[in-house]
Amino acid sequence: MKNLNTIGKSKKKIDALSLATGSAKFTDDFYVKDPLFVSFLYSPHAHAKILNIDDENAREINGVVDILHYKNVKQKLHTTAGQGYPEPSPYDTVLFDKKMRYVGDRVAAVIADNKQIADDAVKQIKVEYKILKPVFDSEEALEKDAPIIHDENSYMPIPVKYEPEHNLAAEVEIGFGNMEKGEKEADFIIEKKYSTHYASHAAIEPHSVISYFDEMGRLVIITSTQVPFHVRRIVSKVLEYPLSKIRVIKPRIGGGFGGKQEVFLEPIAALITIKHKRPTKIILSRKEVFQSSRTRHPMKLTLKTGVKNSGEITSFSLNALLNTGAYGSHALTIVSNAGSKMLPFFNKVKNIHFIGRSAYTNLPIGGAYRGYGATQGYFALNQQIDIITRKLNLDILEYIKKWHIRTGETSEVFKALGEGTEGVTQTIHSCEMDKCIDLGAKEIDWYNKRKKRITTGEDKVRGVGIGFSMQGSGIPLIDMGAASMKMNDDGSFNLLVGATDIGTGSDTILAQIAAEVLGINLDKIIVLSSDTDLTPFDVGAYASSTTYVSGTAVKKCANKIKTQILKVAANMLNSDEKNLTVANEKITDTTKNKSVTFAEIGSYTLYTKDQFQVQASASYVPKLSPPPFIAQFAEVEVDKRTGKIRVIKFVSAVDCGVALNPKLAEGQIEGAAVNGICYALTEDYKFSKSGKLTNQTFNDYKIWTAADMPEMKTIIVESDEETGPFGAKSVGEIGINGPLPAIANAIYDAVGIRLYHAPFTAEKIYSELNISR
Amino acid sequence: MEGTFIINGKEKTLNFNADERLVITLRNNGYTEVKNGCSEGECGACMILLDEKPVHSCQIFTASVQNKNIKTVKGIGDLHLPHIIQNAFVEAGAVQCGFCTPGFIVATYALLNENPNPTEEEIKQAIDGNLCRCTGYVKIIDAIKNAAKSIQKERASL
Repeated sequence: MKNLNTIGKSKKKIDALSLATGSAKFTDDFYVKDPLFVSFLYSPHAHAKILNIDDENAREINGVVDILHYKNVKQKLHTTAGQGYPEPSPYDTVLFDKKMRYVGDRVAAVIADNKQIADDAVKQIKVEYKILKPVFDSEEALEKDAPIIHDENSYMPIPVKYEPEHNLAAEVEIGFGNMEKGEKEADFIIEKKYSTHYASHAAIEPHSVISYFDEMGRLVIITSTQVPFHVRRIVSKVLEYPLSKIRVIKPRIGGGFGGKQEVFLEPIAALITIKHKRPTKIILSRKEVFQSSRTRHPMKLTLKTGVKNSGEITSFSLNALLNTGAYGSHALTIVSNAGSKMLPFFNKVKNIHFIGRSAYTNLPIGGAYRGYGATQGYFALNQQIDIITRKLNLDILEYIKKWHIRTGETSEVFKALGEGTEGVTQTIHSCEMDKCIDLGAKEIDWYNKRKKRITTGEDKVRGVGIGFSMQGSGIPLIDMGAASMKMNDDGSFNLLVGATDIGTGSDTILAQIAAEVLGINLDKIIVLSSDTDLTPFDVGAYASSTTYVSGTAVKKCANKIKTQILKVAANMLNSDEKNLTVANEKITDTTKNKSVTFAEIGSYTLYTKDQFQVQASASYVPKLSPPPFIAQFAEVEVDKRTGKIRVIKFVSAVDCGVALNPKLAEGQIEGAAVNGICYALTEDYKFSKSGKLTNQTFNDYKIWTAADMPEMKTIIVESDEETGPFGAKSVGEIGINGPLPAIANAIYDAVGIRLYHAPFTAEKIYSELNISR
Repeated sequence: MEGTFIINGKEKTLNFNADERLVITLRNNGYTEVKNGCSEGECGACMILLDEKPVHSCQIFTASVQNKNIKTVKGIGDLHLPHIIQNAFVEAGAVQCGFCTPGFIVATYALLNENPNPTEEEIKQAIDGNLCRCTGYVKIIDAIKNAAKSIQKERASL
C-alpha cells in the first residue's frame, strides 16, 4: 500500500492497557446500589408440560422479592436471535413458558435481595410436570410420528417455509442445471454422510446484564452483548415498553463468538427493574452458560458428487440437516449458510442441488457461532475433495487451485441464497487462494510429508491435511453500520460508532480508518462505541461485518469531515482548496508554503469566525459481501496403539484483503484456529439418555490451554479488495473453518482412517484402527 | 465476619460471609480487576497472588487468608504506572477481549519472579491454569517472552 500512516500498521489496541491493568469495566464490574439478584429454575425434563407451579413456600423466604413464571408473565412470542428486523428466525419463544422443551429450559426466576437467598428459594418451588416423550435426533424429529415440540402458535415473521407441526424449523432449497444429466456425465459418484457436533462458545466472561432506572427515569441496560441495538428493539417489543425510554450500553465484552448475539437475559432483567423499580443483576454461572445459553448447531450433511476421471465435478448435491435444539434461533440462516458459503467455492460446477432443513429436538438451543454453518459445510466438502483426489491420484492442492472461484468470476449461488431471502449477484474482486495454498504448503512442508506416513518412534505416524474455505464480509443489503464524528478545539476528534467491539479490536480498527483519512495520529481519535443513546446505529458484531461495513461508514464520515476542514483551511489561508494538502495534522497550501494545524482549525471553527461545529455522520449498507479466502494445514501424529492424536503444527494462510492492523488480524485467525482445533478433538456435549447435559464444567468440557498448543503459524496473504475500506475484507470467522477438515484429512493421511463424524477422539480412532486391522 | 488483609500493600478490613470465596469478597469490595469466569478453579480469570504465589481466588475461603498478603493485577501495575509485563501484553497484541488478561498477567508475574529466563515449555506450563478463548495463546506466549527479555535488560542496566 502506498504511503499510509496508520493503515497496515500493527497499532496497539486502544483499550489494551486498561484491560491489562484491570481498570476496564465489564458488565459485572459496574456498581449499582442495592440490586436485585436472580436465580433460575430450569426444567429437569427434556419434554414436559407444566401442570402447576406452587411458589408459596419460596415466596415466604425472607429476602425473596418476587417469583416469575408462566402464570404471572405475559406470553409474548419472539425470537432471541439478535438479527436484523424482521428476524429470519421463528417466533417460538416466550419469557416463561408452560411447555418445557429441553433439560435446562427456563421454568421460573426467583428475584431476591441477594444471590444466596435466590438460589435457596429456587429449591422451594414446587412444579408439577406432565412428562412428554422427547426426541433427540434431528432425523427422528422429522419422522411422521415424532413428538411435536412446538405445538403452540409459533410462527415465522418472514414468508418462508416453517412447519412446527413436523418439527421443521426451517427449509431452504435451490438448484441449478440438470442433476440427472450431471450424474450421467460422471465417471463415478461419491456419496458420503458427515456429521458435526455440539459446542459451547465458552467466552470466558459469562453472559451478564445489569438494568436500572437512571436519575431521569430512563431504563438503562448494561449488557455483555454483540448486538446492543437489537437488544433495545427486542426488549422494547417483548415488554411492550417504549424504545425511546430504553438505553443499552455495551461496556467491554469478554468474548462473544456468536454466543452473545442472543437476547435472552436482557428482557428478564428489564422486566424486573420495571416491575420492582430496583436495579437488577443477572450473571450466569458457567454451568448455566453451557446448558442454557446457546451452542453450535450440530449438522448432518450428505454430499453426493458426480465426478469425471479428469476430476471435473459434473453434479453436486448437498443435503444438510441442522439440529436447532429446542428453539429455532438462527435455524434458517445457519443451514442456509452451509450452502451459501460452500457451494460457490467450486463455481465451475454446473449442476447443483442443495436442500437444507432445520429440525427442532429436545436438546440445548443452537445459535450463531463463529463460522455460522460454513464450518459445518466445509468439514464435509474438504473431506469429499480429499476422497475424490485420492481416488483419482491427483494432487489435492493443484486440484483446488484449478477449480476454485477466481477474481472476475461469479457463482449463481450468491444470488440464490441470502439471509432467508434471495442473495445478491456479485463477482469476486480479490482472491489470492493460490498464494494461500502455496505459502501454507511451503510452511507445513507439504510435499515432503504428504502420503509419506513418516513414523516417529514405535507406532507413531504422522500425516498432513488441508482445510480450505471462504466466508463473507457482512450481509449485503441488510447489514448497516453508521458513524458520526466531531472536531474538538485541539484538533482531536470524537468518533462515535454503533459498531460493537467485543474484544476483536474494532474500536482500534475504526479509529485507524478515521485517522488515515484525516492524516492524523491514532491518539487524536477518541472512540465511543455501542451506546444506543449516544452513538449511531449498527447491527452489531456478527457475520464478519464490522471492518467491511462499519469501516466503510467511518471512512465515508471521515471524508465528509475532511471536506469541511479543507473549506475552513481555505478561508484561513486565503487559498484555493485545490492547492491544499492534508498531512501530519495540518493543511498546507503548497503554492504559498503556508499551513494551518488541525488545532488552529478546531479553535477557529469554535471561537473565532463564522463559528460552527465541524461534524458529520455517515451510514453504509453493503451491496456485496466479498469473501476472504483461507488455506489451513494440519500436521498430526497418531499413536496407533492408543488412537491418541497430537497436532504437531497448524498453519493458516489467509487472504483477508488488506490487513488494516496485521497483529489484530493474526489474532483473529489464531484464536479461531485454536477454537477449531479443540472443537475437532476435545470439545463436545455429552448427554444422558434423558437428554441432560453431563459435562457442563471446564473440567469436563475441555478447551485448550497454552500447554496443549501445537506450533502455530499464521500467514497474511494480502489482496486489495477495491470495494472495502482501504482494501479490507473480513477476518473474524474464517479461521475456524479449516481445523476440523484439515485434521480429519491429516488423520487419513497418517493412518488411512476416514472420520466422517466429529469430534475425533482417541477412542474413535482406536476402534476404527482395530476394525481396519 | 470481619477480617484484615494486606491488599496491594495496604491494610484493609473487610466484611464477608463465613463461607465466602475470596474472589467474591474482593469483587464486592471494589477489586473488580479480579474477574470471575467459572467459579470452579478452571479458567484462571480470578488469579491473584497470595503471599506472592499465584492462586485461583474462587477456590479460597476468604476466612482462611486473613492477615495475608494479597496482590491483584492492579497491585502489579496500573494504568498510570504499568508493569513491563502489562506493556508487553499490549505491545504483542496479547490482549483481545481482556477478560482473562489480569489472570495471565498475575501468572506471568509469578513465573518471571521465580524464573526470569523461562523456556517456551516453562512458559506454557506456567500459564496452564489460565484459559483464553480469543487469542489462541500465540501472542500471549510472545508477550511473556518479550517481558522476560525486557526485565532482564532492565536488570542488566541497573
